[in-house]
Amino acid sequence: MTYARDVGALARKDLLLELRARDTLPAMLLFVVATFVVFHFSLPAHPSKLAASGLLWVAILFTALLGLGRAFVPEREQHVFDGLVLAPCDRSAIWLGKSLATLAFLVAAQVVALPVYALFFRPLTGPAVLGVALADLGICAVGTFLGAMAVATRARELLLPLLFLPLAIPIVVGGVGAGVADSPGRYLGFLAVYDLLFVVICWASFEYVVAE
Amino acid sequence: MLTARRLGKRYGEKRVLRRIDLEVPRGGFLVVTGPNGAGKTTLLRICAGLAQPTEGTIERGVSRGQIGFLGHDPLVYRELTALENLELYGRLYRVPECRERIGMLLERFGLWEVRHERVASYSRGMTQRLALCRVLLHGPELLVLDEPYSALDEAGAELLDAQLAELRGERTFLLATHDPAHVEPLASGRLALVA
Amino acid sequence: MGRTARIPLPALAVASLVLVTTALAFVFFVVPNDANQGFSQRIFYFHVSIALTAYACFVGAAWKAFRHLTKQDPDADLESYVLVHQGLIFGTLVLLTGSIWAKISWGHWWLWSEDQLVLFLVLFLFYCAYFMLRYSVDPGPRRANLSAVYALFGVVLIPVSFAAIRLAKGLIHPVVFTRHGPNFGGWILVTYCIAQAAVLVLAYTLYRLELGGKRLDGRLRELREALA
Repeated sequence: MTYARDVGALARKDLLLELRARDTLPAMLLFVVATFVVFHFSLPAHPSKLAASGLLWVAILFTALLGLGRAFVPEREQHVFDGLVLAPCDRSAIWLGKSLATLAFLVAAQVVALPVYALFFRPLTGPAVLGVALADLGICAVGTFLGAMAVATRARELLLPLLFLPLAIPIVVGGVGAGVADSPGRYLGFLAVYDLLFVVICWASFEYVVAE
Repeated sequence: MLTARRLGKRYGEKRVLRRIDLEVPRGGFLVVTGPNGAGKTTLLRICAGLAQPTEGTIERGVSRGQIGFLGHDPLVYRELTALENLELYGRLYRVPECRERIGMLLERFGLWEVRHERVASYSRGMTQRLALCRVLLHGPELLVLDEPYSALDEAGAELLDAQLAELRGERTFLLATHDPAHVEPLASGRLALVA
Repeated sequence: MGRTARIPLPALAVASLVLVTTALAFVFFVVPNDANQGFSQRIFYFHVSIALTAYACFVGAAWKAFRHLTKQDPDADLESYVLVHQGLIFGTLVLLTGSIWAKISWGHWWLWSEDQLVLFLVLFLFYCAYFMLRYSVDPGPRRANLSAVYALFGVVLIPVSFAAIRLAKGLIHPVVFTRHGPNFGGWILVTYCIAQAAVLVLAYTLYRLELGGKRLDGRLRELREALA
């Protein structure tokens, strides 16, 4: 129970920080809508179902990267990471708390982005939205984890997209499939398996990322 | 309480610490001195558990939750208030009767009036005083302080003096400083690092 | 790896040379022409062998990474790194041999319909990022830990990516392509086994070579340290 309270306290801290700073979420919202407009101009009119779905997922992925790149900025700039690492709580709580907060931002951005997408391109089916929800879990879990790794390096934000994109490819496949395929169940199941696998491996190995 | 043998630390090609031996008994007060670049900060970070030595061994008689560390950074979130910062640490360190303790510490270090203001609005001295509150919040057995006086204003320095005098003997201290004369009366051991 | 570590490097080099030459001989002179694809199918013996060797390297690297994290094996980090390096080299060869085969058989230098090829492309990106990660951190326990965790992610990514690529085909190419692999029988199986053994021994030789070199570098640095 104390683990859950630790995670809650950490997630609450991140939400508070964003509420005060108010920079990441508005940026993500603006970015995703701007990306849709760019897509309209860079692709032929009336894109096919598959192409339109592809656009959505590219937009989601890069919007998420924008948010993920900012995730550990407070800890890094003020060196507060040391403070969290010194605490006797399980280190994985740091990752989980941060992931949940990032998930909240991503979902908040999508609450606006998905209707805008439906307006600009084509409506979204139920399984497509479920696919987005499942994919969000994977994106936030893996992205936050890699964000912590990237922050420990010299290259920092530059490294995060490089580390993240190969791992995000299966998510995109699952998400696009959930929106486009005749039997989306397989793709949703695949996303669920991906989430399970990577949440477990992230949870188990975060200790090694922060400890020196 | 704290024993290190032939401790060495190397960052890539650069050697920062070379064959340090130290022993701090329970209730001891070790003062670490040395010029800039001698490795005081690295040594203290290793003792606190934030870094691993590349050679040698270190043994601590306390667990992570019983160590208090004050480094060059106050380790507080600038966009949160003093109260929010301490509540977070209180939660992570499982401090019992957290609210009362936080109130007591803020009052003792003269921050009670500004507890609802963001740390970003504090002066450097106030921030360092908040960092001291953070360090003392969970009542650690081992206190590792890296040049705690450097960022303190006069009032803060007096408060720290009083606090150290109060806890001397009850808790174990490892303190690095540029001004050893100031803490000389309290010291039970001295370690001088050379660059 | 305990007993194999004692096999001297020159012996390994000779064994590699002999095996690779034998494999080449078998592939070009012994095996009959494939009915469907003719001469180009011969490259498949090496393509598959190299692919399996690359997988072996990545899995080995993940195993060493696991040992580094859980057992604090002091050699494991370097061994893991060298295995990733070897895996990446052989992975690049998979992409090259696959590309050549695609050009000869289908007239295109790249085929998205080839699962193995696409998988190696994803793995190539992933393990290149491994090097970027490694070069971006100063040597020390931090770098070793981050590399080890990333190598473990890699080994989980291999099956997940493969499944993803298969699933994606259902969306993009509804037509199912038949398997191109050789139908095992007679000389074909023998040739494949020789080719596979040759590539594995070659990979192990290169691994020992690079590991030895890196260890020497490390000792040299330690000596310089001690003298300073």
